[in-house]
Amino acid sequence: MTRRGVLAAALAAALATAAAAQGDGRLSGFAFMGPDTQAMQKDDTANPGMLWVAEGEALWSQPAGQSGRSCASCHGEAAQALPGVAARYPAIDDATGEAVTLDGRINLCRQRNQQAPPLALEGRDMLSLSAFVGHRSRGMPIDPPDDPRLAPVRERGEALYRLRQGQLNFSCANCHDDNAGGRLGAAPIPQAHPTGYPIYRLEWQAVGSLQRRLRNCLTGVRAEPFAYGAPELTALEAYLASRARGMELETPAVRP
Amino acid sequence: MGRALINVPKTARKGEIVEIRALVSHPMETGYRPTGDGRFHPRDIINRFVVTWNGEEIFSADLFPAVSANPYFAFSAIATESGTVAFRWIDDRGGAQVETAQITVT
Repeated sequence: MTRRGVLAAALAAALATAAAAQGDGRLSGFAFMGPDTQAMQKDDTANPGMLWVAEGEALWSQPAGQSGRSCASCHGEAAQALPGVAARYPAIDDATGEAVTLDGRINLCRQRNQQAPPLALEGRDMLSLSAFVGHRSRGMPIDPPDDPRLAPVRERGEALYRLRQGQLNFSCANCHDDNAGGRLGAAPIPQAHPTGYPIYRLEWQAVGSLQRRLRNCLTGVRAEPFAYGAPELTALEAYLASRARGMELETPAVRP
Repeated sequence: MGRALINVPKTARKGEIVEIRALVSHPMETGYRPTGDGRFHPRDIINRFVVTWNGEEIFSADLFPAVSANPYFAFSAIATESGTVAFRWIDDRGGAQVETAQITVT
């Protein structure tokens, strides 16, 4: 067999065993990882993301703010909390008509219902809560709402996805559509499906949000990253969720 | 210190080799990371990890700054008697975290 043939066979074998294969060519970042990292994600006692989930589960029933209420006071005990909810974000907040991410929703809930100050985006408490809520949707398909008010947000997200920016003048699509499956240096380029956020990234040695990942990529192309919570990042999240519709949520995923 | 995830089988046969796994959340600050003003974040790592089975030490390790954050250990032990497996992580600040698990050996 030629060298190329061997590679093709190896790739085919790798793709056939990928847990997240969709049958339509879409693949989770899980499929691009080595077997060691895949094993780490699959074993809940080896997946460090589960430390954040455990922390989030504890925060779930901890009262906060002047209301003295915890998440559990309204949403029920941790074991029954919010199945499938994380798979439906970003969504439209009815009170403002604006798109909100899951993290944004957690903070709105804190401010409106718990009368508590918002949690710092990308802080440990926020990541723990979103990892916990995300974990409650693990194994469910990503299911963005069919809300017509989300359409312009997704369009804006797609425009940003295709917008060349930064000193390197790359768009997201240049790598993740045109060269997915290839390599950037030593690192494989995945298809940019947000299937496991918040993720435990080995490089970060910590859990981080999709927005942290997006900001990383923006810095990578030498563009100025959007601030955490910026509407641009919400729009990108909304577009990516619609692109990954039906794919299985893996939260908390492990990524290199 | 933060949370720990430990995995000890609930039951084992006498003489069986069991796998024991432990994951703990810790920043493992190396002491080599600059703060931006010419100084360094003070070192704060777990420097010792000890596991006992009914008080008898069955595994221990000294850790150094090259170990990643949230260190993970997996090792094997021979199940001899029912009892308590206790895990103890000790860090540079003198803090110790202890977790225990019960195992029934038949």
